[in-house]
Amino acid sequence: MIETIFPALYILAAASFILAIKWMNSPATARRGVLIGEIGMLLAVVGTLLRREVVNYEWILIAFFIGSAIGVPIAYYMPMTAVPQRTAFSHACGAIASALIGTAEYYRNIPHGFPMAALIVETLLGFLTFTASMMAFGKLQEILPQRPITYRGQNFVNLGVFGLAVALGITLIVSPERMYLYPIFAVLALIFGVLLIIPIGGADMPTVIALLNSYAGLSASAMGFVLDNKLLIVAGALDGSSGFILSVIMCRAMNRSFSNVLFGAFGTIQTSAKQSGVERTVRSASPEEAAEILDAARSVIIIPGYGMAVAQAQHKLRELHDVLAKRGIDVKFAIHPVAGRMPGHMNVLLAEADVPYDHLFEMDDINPEFPRTDVALVIGANDVVNPAARNDKNSPISGMPILNASEARTVMVIKRSMSPGFAGIDNELYYLDKTLMLFGDAKVFVTGIVKELNVAVGVGAR
Amino acid sequence: MSKYEIAIWVFMLAAFLGFELIRRVSPLLHTPLMSLTNAISAIAVVGAILITGEKEATMLTRTLGFIAVVASVTNVVSGYLITDRMLKMFKKREPEKKR
Repeated sequence: MIETIFPALYILAAASFILAIKWMNSPATARRGVLIGEIGMLLAVVGTLLRREVVNYEWILIAFFIGSAIGVPIAYYMPMTAVPQRTAFSHACGAIASALIGTAEYYRNIPHGFPMAALIVETLLGFLTFTASMMAFGKLQEILPQRPITYRGQNFVNLGVFGLAVALGITLIVSPERMYLYPIFAVLALIFGVLLIIPIGGADMPTVIALLNSYAGLSASAMGFVLDNKLLIVAGALDGSSGFILSVIMCRAMNRSFSNVLFGAFGTIQTSAKQSGVERTVRSASPEEAAEILDAARSVIIIPGYGMAVAQAQHKLRELHDVLAKRGIDVKFAIHPVAGRMPGHMNVLLAEADVPYDHLFEMDDINPEFPRTDVALVIGANDVVNPAARNDKNSPISGMPILNASEARTVMVIKRSMSPGFAGIDNELYYLDKTLMLFGDAKVFVTGIVKELNVAVGVGAR
Repeated sequence: MSKYEIAIWVFMLAAFLGFELIRRVSPLLHTPLMSLTNAISAIAVVGAILITGEKEATMLTRTLGFIAVVASVTNVVSGYLITDRMLKMFKKREPEKKR
């Protein structure tokens, strides 16, 4: 009799997950979404623990303890700038969980036909997403070089390994008893995950992270087919479609083709831009001069990029925002969809620094405002404001939607040096007559500007 | 309808529901969204518990299941907590009277 309650718990859990995602559509209801998601998870876990099949609790409890011991410190002590790494790490955890469950299921009771096909999908996606996410984690944590590493015949090697893994997978679906093939299949999938991320550069990370999110979700969903568990199918499908949509949004924001996403990010940076070789001059300015210009402005749009995250400049930037706002200057933040290393990265950092979210504007909403803006302040962003995306047909980023910083009356760019980013694309914006280059560490420079503005206030008040 | 057919129907409908729901999420919240869906898909813990806790589990399947429970619980715990930590930071403009 009590067995009938478990399907009901699973159905309730699925409904709570759907509500959780629905409530994420606005910051006002989002925290409620997290709460209902937690309730759903609790129902599902309790419902599972009480099932008749589960007789052995010690291992499970130990695992719960270890998992919490890892998870809680991550959640509370991780700095917000490390969110992309954390996300990559959690994709890895999710993927390995589902790959190992699939593997255990295979050795426990070899399935045939449809469940075996689902199991192969589950483990293939699980294993490759695990190593791919760990690689992404390494790159984001800067344990591994962030530059894309390419070599001749890379696509050939990658497709070869993937093809082989798929071929073995199909063989296993047809004749699941060939157990000696399974470890080879698993190892090939693991290797493919590594190969997949080797050619990926930092600028492509938002797309790749979203894609890995999708793979991890689909793997969990495939597990639902193997175990005949609808809750897993639903939760996995929600996660899978979420990652999929985010990667499509990221792709559009970089003007990359859709097939490019589906096959991972093979050779995304094919051509580095031609170097003109001609020595060109730029105008640079000191913090004092920058402060004067900002002080005289009526409207300012700040464009943050990954450089802001690296320099941890978000708190100083919000001080700048406050100082300027206090003087009646209209300050807005323009957020490009692929700014940073994962979808929404800039928004989280600025929210952490207490910048009210209604001051953050999306690309399409803010672009018409640039011609009416006195100062566009670019801080640690590069490609997302490069006019070459619009004007230069030969540029690798041609056609990518950009923030029209160049249309503002004055452009100020905080940058460490003139060296082009790892994509090797020169930025026309830096050479415009109205552009001032502010060389230095983003945090130090913004601190300098804020100090100057405060001095000016002090003098004015007396 | 076979149980596999039903499962595919469920997947298809859930995927479309997911598309419609996610499309409505503001880009502002894309990072917390990703960590929330991640926590949700850690529902894989259900499968892991079943494998680890069953009576006939061998050493191999129990070890694999055990690692899977650890990995999913890590995701559940850190996923929900960190999503909430992020969302707590998103505030609207402070009322003027406060300063």
